[in-house]
Amino acid sequence: MLRVEGVCKKFQDFSLNQISFTVDQGDYFMLLGPSGAGKSLILETIAGLHKPDSGKIFFQGVDITHIGVRERNFGIVYQDYAVFPHLTVYGNIAYPLRRKGIRGKELHKQVTRFAERVSVAHLLARHPQTLSGGEVQRTALARTLAMEPRILLLDEPLSSVDVKLRSELRSLLRSINSSGQTVIHVTHDYEETLALASHLAVVNGGCIEQVGSVQEIFQNPRSEFAAMFAGVHNFYPASIVEFSEHGLTTVRLNDTIAICCYTEGCNGEGFVCFSEESVILSTEKPHQSALNVFRGRVVEIFPQRFGLMAVVDAGFRVLSKVTWESASRFGLTPGVEVWVSFKASSVRFIPRAS
Amino acid sequence: MRRLLVGGYRFSWFHIAAALLGGVVLLFIVAPILGMIISTPAKSLIETAAEQEVVRSIWLSVWVAMAATLVFALFCIPLAYLLARFDFPFKRLVLGIIDLPIVIPHSAAGIAVLGLIARDGLLGRLTSPLGIELVGSPAGIAIAMAFVSVPFLINAAREGFALVPERLEKAALSLGASPITIFFTVALPLAWRSVVSGLVMMFARGMSEFGAVVIVAYHPMVAPVLIFERFGAFGLKYAKPVAVLFIGVSLTVFIIMRLLSRNRSNHA
Repeated sequence: MLRVEGVCKKFQDFSLNQISFTVDQGDYFMLLGPSGAGKSLILETIAGLHKPDSGKIFFQGVDITHIGVRERNFGIVYQDYAVFPHLTVYGNIAYPLRRKGIRGKELHKQVTRFAERVSVAHLLARHPQTLSGGEVQRTALARTLAMEPRILLLDEPLSSVDVKLRSELRSLLRSINSSGQTVIHVTHDYEETLALASHLAVVNGGCIEQVGSVQEIFQNPRSEFAAMFAGVHNFYPASIVEFSEHGLTTVRLNDTIAICCYTEGCNGEGFVCFSEESVILSTEKPHQSALNVFRGRVVEIFPQRFGLMAVVDAGFRVLSKVTWESASRFGLTPGVEVWVSFKASSVRFIPRAS
Repeated sequence: MRRLLVGGYRFSWFHIAAALLGGVVLLFIVAPILGMIISTPAKSLIETAAEQEVVRSIWLSVWVAMAATLVFALFCIPLAYLLARFDFPFKRLVLGIIDLPIVIPHSAAGIAVLGLIARDGLLGRLTSPLGIELVGSPAGIAIAMAFVSVPFLINAAREGFALVPERLEKAALSLGASPITIFFTVALPLAWRSVVSGLVMMFARGMSEFGAVVIVAYHPMVAPVLIFERFGAFGLKYAKPVAVLFIGVSLTVFIIMRLLSRNRSNHA
């Protein structure tokens, strides 16, 4: 449906390099990356607010690279909502409808319809300054939906709202997408990506690092950055030192630390990674089957949304997710000596791209 | 003082010194004007207000300044918008040119305008064949007033447009609005307060202009020229009532327009 092909764009001190991806009809496509990665610039270039220096954008097979913003009919919702402060909620939602020449009763009918869709019908006479963050965000969504965009472009739409509201708005976005609306959504939050995306592109430093389904990217990150951004923090450069017939491999992180893992029989340099959930901490030496067992000391322990995150120095920095109960039972505080263990099967080796 | 109490901000010797120095400046502005008003007998004010020549000159100052402001606003406001929104080569030079009338002596500005509107000037050559003489006419006065006062409108409007978030305009563009629609439905309504403030400043500055106007048109006589003439011909005693009346009219118009712009922006 939308195909971005090798788009390059220099903007102030920043540049996009060879941006390519495809978004299908009805897809919920997310651009995931840190602040300053170029995600918003990609979104605005798709919207037509910036012309690419090179590369092409196709929509339903038609080259739209040099077509104006209005002709594209792609609606954009900004992080700061960009609702018009001098207009009421009604005036905001009516704005794109008036541009289409809709007036009178038909205008009223359509404004009400879109306001009801995002639950702001009771706020039509209010000005944005008198609304809560969530209400303003809904107004911005209603206004953009009112133009019946061919693609809905969302620029970090949930980053300024609180957790409860975020969950409500996610449901709303999901239902909008379920009705057949194609969405491209920019975010730096991988949880948001897991919650909404069907496909995503990982963006870093003005480049696309990886494109694929959520499962492909979160299970097989192809770069250090993609892995870091997929929420895997136990991530280390490593080199294979020994490879056995069954695939069990020893990789070396540094002069003293070696880790067992399974690989597909390749030699050379790469990265190993394993999730924080797969790391078990204990105060006594574990006797289970885990091949990777290290002695270490808790350096830091801090709360997460669910449970705690412990940082252990075991000759390398390991992160482990623990429950409040375990932390209390084992007395996990900074300085305490612990055993760190994780299975070879939980470690993934990613060969460095040549 | 309210902030001082609310915020618990400590009032130091520096603040007292700053307040005293500031007070001197306020006194410097208010004292001469107040002194002139107090020393002018009400009887002479009433008599002066009844003079046809005085009424005509004040009315001429007001309507010509108003007309100059409205006509030149059509040129200045779009320019201010462009300056706020776009960067282009030699933009600083353009901004410098706009401020030029503020820094050059107004009598010199009057000479320059006269060169433009005289029968052999660039503009005069265009209007003369049509039977329109600009020198010594309200139109000539309006041009002289506008010459010295356009920077006030352009700068205020430019600052106002610059404060309108560009994202709102980008959003409007993506919602199907054309650039001209964006200007009238987003930029202008949001920058309205600054634009009106600029209009008020331009009007007030134009209405009180003497130096440039006197060179372009001694007659018909605008109020500042009449004050000067009365002072030169009859002395301080006869100039004062006209000056007080004109200050009164200027202040009244100024306050009304300020109030209108404030109410307007409150509703926006």
